[in-house]
Amino acid sequence: MRVLGIDSSSLVASVAIVTDDVLTAEFTVNFKRTHSQTLLPMLDQMMNLLGMDLAEVDAIAAAAGPGSFTGLRIGAATAKGLGLALGKPLAEIPTLEALACNLWGVSGLVCPIMDARRNQVYAGVYRVSGGESGWGFGGEEKTRLPEIVVDQCAVDILELINRLNRMGQPVTFLGDGVPVYEKQIREHMTAAFSFAPAQNSRQRAASAAALGLEYVKLGRTVTAAEFKVNYLRKSQAEREREEQMAAGSMNES
Amino acid sequence: MKIHTTEEDVYILAIESSCDETAAAVVKNGRQVLSNVISSQIDLHTLYGGVVPEIASRKHIEKINLVIEAALKDAGMTLQDVTAVAVTYGPGLVGALLVGVAEAKAIAYAAKKPLVGVHHIEGHISANFIEHAELEPPFVCLVVSGGHTHLVVVKDYGEFEILGRTRDDAAGEAFDKVARAVGLGYPGGPKVDRAAKEGNRKAVHFPRAKVDGSPYDFSFSGLKSAVLNYINHAQMTGEEIAVPDLAASFQYAVVDVLVSHTVAAARELGYQNVAMAGGVASNTELRAEMKKACRKAGLQLYYPSPVLCTDNAAMIGAAGYYEYINGTRSGWDLNAVPYLKLGER
Repeated sequence: MRVLGIDSSSLVASVAIVTDDVLTAEFTVNFKRTHSQTLLPMLDQMMNLLGMDLAEVDAIAAAAGPGSFTGLRIGAATAKGLGLALGKPLAEIPTLEALACNLWGVSGLVCPIMDARRNQVYAGVYRVSGGESGWGFGGEEKTRLPEIVVDQCAVDILELINRLNRMGQPVTFLGDGVPVYEKQIREHMTAAFSFAPAQNSRQRAASAAALGLEYVKLGRTVTAAEFKVNYLRKSQAEREREEQMAAGSMNES
Repeated sequence: MKIHTTEEDVYILAIESSCDETAAAVVKNGRQVLSNVISSQIDLHTLYGGVVPEIASRKHIEKINLVIEAALKDAGMTLQDVTAVAVTYGPGLVGALLVGVAEAKAIAYAAKKPLVGVHHIEGHISANFIEHAELEPPFVCLVVSGGHTHLVVVKDYGEFEILGRTRDDAAGEAFDKVARAVGLGYPGGPKVDRAAKEGNRKAVHFPRAKVDGSPYDFSFSGLKSAVLNYINHAQMTGEEIAVPDLAASFQYAVVDVLVSHTVAAARELGYQNVAMAGGVASNTELRAEMKKACRKAGLQLYYPSPVLCTDNAAMIGAAGYYEYINGTRSGWDLNAVPYLKLGER
């Protein structure tokens, strides 16, 4: 089975082809150029290098959120457009679950964090050390889904740290939230922790594609039209309106 | 330029998402609309008194595949039957534009079709080609909408000379602001138009702004301020405001300037044909007054029916056809350009 992975949920733009257990190609750029200008040319170049036609892909896995609202939509629109034209199924990949998969095999907890501003991070806590979900003895077929300890959410950084401390297990952090909140992490973490190395510290489409392949095996796919972005946050206008209405109803009562 | 006579018919799949309508259409040979699907978000934005860019972008990504699939189905076509994909890449709300642009690029890429980036205003102007088979450049076109007020000479297909533009608010923006001030709500254009029908347009005389040295430019912020001052003054002196009279007087002031500039441009520059485009071009008073003035001046007037005046993808398909025929091709790095100028690439 062959899956195209797309991740443009952060400053990183990344596309990859995973064929069964092998990463066939990956193109990742973390540089200040808009995804709108990079993503499709990258895909085009990658497919040209491979001499492969997109029609040879069985499914498309794209980071479906959280992340930069615009970045997510560029990735989603690209995946939806490809899916529409090719008639292929899509997999909605939770951004943080894919990030956790960058560190597949690491023991303890893995905690990807993305800067969500306003002192918050988008975060999730996962176990990716195999265990029941991944390690099969005697050639047993097992899926490689991360075990979700805390599902992805928008959370205050100190609240996240407290929660991890209470769990009391070693944590590996990764994601673009690390440089932003490194000081708080170093100051407040009482559990053992480390940070992921460069090759694994940011989004990469290989993880989205590999996870997508597991999703496809489990039948967790949608049509291109059905594919939805999960922002984990309402728009500012919606939040403000709800606050106003809540304040208004309190005044009335 | 003469249109190349192509032996094969050209079918353009067009996508438009520059503001608050998600739209797709299939257009044959630039003038025949085979399908025109529009998913409007207007009710949603009414809650906020105007278009909220983030909400618009979220709706676009939610609806875009359904809209495109419906456009192909209505046209009785598959993607393989399409000659090229055209998409609005500016001007407009950047987040909204990006959805259509990324989607169109991916579709064109995967279906191995040429991609044509289209200017939104060129789309509005080209809406006139759809319903008026006899209309051909050159002509003078007034483009008036919530975001744009331009007086343009369409010299040829895809070739424009901008005679004048607004220096401040777009005409439609002035309608929205005045509608909000008098409590008519959003969207202002149709609401003011309706209220004005019951009013006396000569009840209040509002100023008609001239821009020094630029006879074809527009300015509506002075008029908007005059209306707001009038309302403030009435409120302070406890006078009751007759909303229909106010709406009619304001609308007349806008229409008067739009009509006089357009007709003057056509006469002074010697063009026989005049066209209107954009959402405000469906304003009933503007249509009536422009018709009257053109008849008096011996000019031929064209304007699209209301559904083709507001944002739609059929107009992008019409413009996309002429760009395609002219050899315009966009790369896979096509980006949204929120302040794209007419005639620039």
